[in-house]
Amino acid sequence: MSYNSGKPTYVHALILAAFSTGFGALLAFTDLFTDEPIKQRRIEDLQNSLVQVLPPAIYDNNPALDTIMIAGEDGKERKIFRATKAGQVTGVAYETYGQGYAGQIKIIMGVDPEGKILGVRAVQHKETPGLGDKIDPKKGPWILQFNGLSIDNPPPAMWKVKKDGGQFDQFSGATITPRAVVTGIRKGLEFFSANKPKLLEAH
Amino acid sequence: MSTKYSTIIKDGLWENNGVLCQLLGMCPTMAMTTSATNGFGMGVATMLVMAASNFFVALFRNYITQEVRIPVYILIVAAMVTLVDLTCNAWMHELYKVLGLFIPLIVSNCLPLGRLEVFASREPVIPSFMDGLFMGAGFTLALTVIGAMREISGAGTLFADASLLLGPAFKVLETRIFREDAAVLMMILPPGGFLATGLLIAAKRKLDLAMGKQIQMAGAHSVG
Repeated sequence: MSYNSGKPTYVHALILAAFSTGFGALLAFTDLFTDEPIKQRRIEDLQNSLVQVLPPAIYDNNPALDTIMIAGEDGKERKIFRATKAGQVTGVAYETYGQGYAGQIKIIMGVDPEGKILGVRAVQHKETPGLGDKIDPKKGPWILQFNGLSIDNPPPAMWKVKKDGGQFDQFSGATITPRAVVTGIRKGLEFFSANKPKLLEAH
Repeated sequence: MSTKYSTIIKDGLWENNGVLCQLLGMCPTMAMTTSATNGFGMGVATMLVMAASNFFVALFRNYITQEVRIPVYILIVAAMVTLVDLTCNAWMHELYKVLGLFIPLIVSNCLPLGRLEVFASREPVIPSFMDGLFMGAGFTLALTVIGAMREISGAGTLFADASLLLGPAFKVLETRIFREDAAVLMMILPPGGFLATGLLIAAKRKLDLAMGKQIQMAGAHSVG
């Protein structure tokens, strides 16, 4: 088979242009039809993770849609999901991050107006299966021990894994992952104390 | 054209299997076979892309000039991948959460591109579609078996989370073979991918020899 068709260059250009236009149009149509369902799925995903850190009993609004933006100490805007009941803020949920063994661990945490943790979940991580993934509640109860704790309970010096002189267990064979999660949560609580008035401001 | 469907089917599934003979598509083969379920899901997504892109390339094969064929092929594969990606995200969201990260990788999988070049660009539409379908099925078969080997030895389970991917009816497939702490963790880590793939290729050759076949060092360029 010859690799040279002997046709002038503009013919190839036209062919390429025709295919790009045709398949581009196909994709545009697909996007048109899937855009709405995909947005819906995203909101559902968000609600699913929010339900785990904000008990549905404490609010009568939709925290996934009731959001405010507050700048953290690193200057980056954070999205805050607020749970309110009769106009009063009963809890806030936001993301915090820990540096894990294999990249960032994305944590979502819910905190009540007194600064006590309502729930914590690692929503995105690439930790080693069988070792670091015990932070997932499906694989073990480790992540649940943070419920009810706050920045003063235990005292700040104890917000570490046992290996670093703190009070939280690491897993056998994995210290970096729990350390990252504990640090992430502590940072999240510090963010809460620093921004408490703004976080709890009524509508 | 003397294209026989039985040959296409046999080539795709066994004789010229994309993973085990052509050794193409190694990236998803290694990355997505940490469990049989993941391997199966990745295989099916690739199969859809292959069947669709083979179909389109065969349909337009007389209009694609030699000089621009590679960009056109990549354009078509990329369009099909995006199509699968969007559709999965919208209507098969549970599956998408498992595979989402890896679907875009199909674009860089050499297997679809290889089949476009050696098969779909020369053969009529229906045989090309069948070739894509069965090459994809062979890919799925290989990924599922490698996934099963790694999952059994590495986690002690088989088809874990199959109900998440295929629906609650497939809960029966989920089996625990032995205790989790008795498993060899290495097998679900990256080295396990190489070990399992190597063992499977060796086993296939052994089987072929036992059946009195010649072992061919086939490459992407040899059309079955």
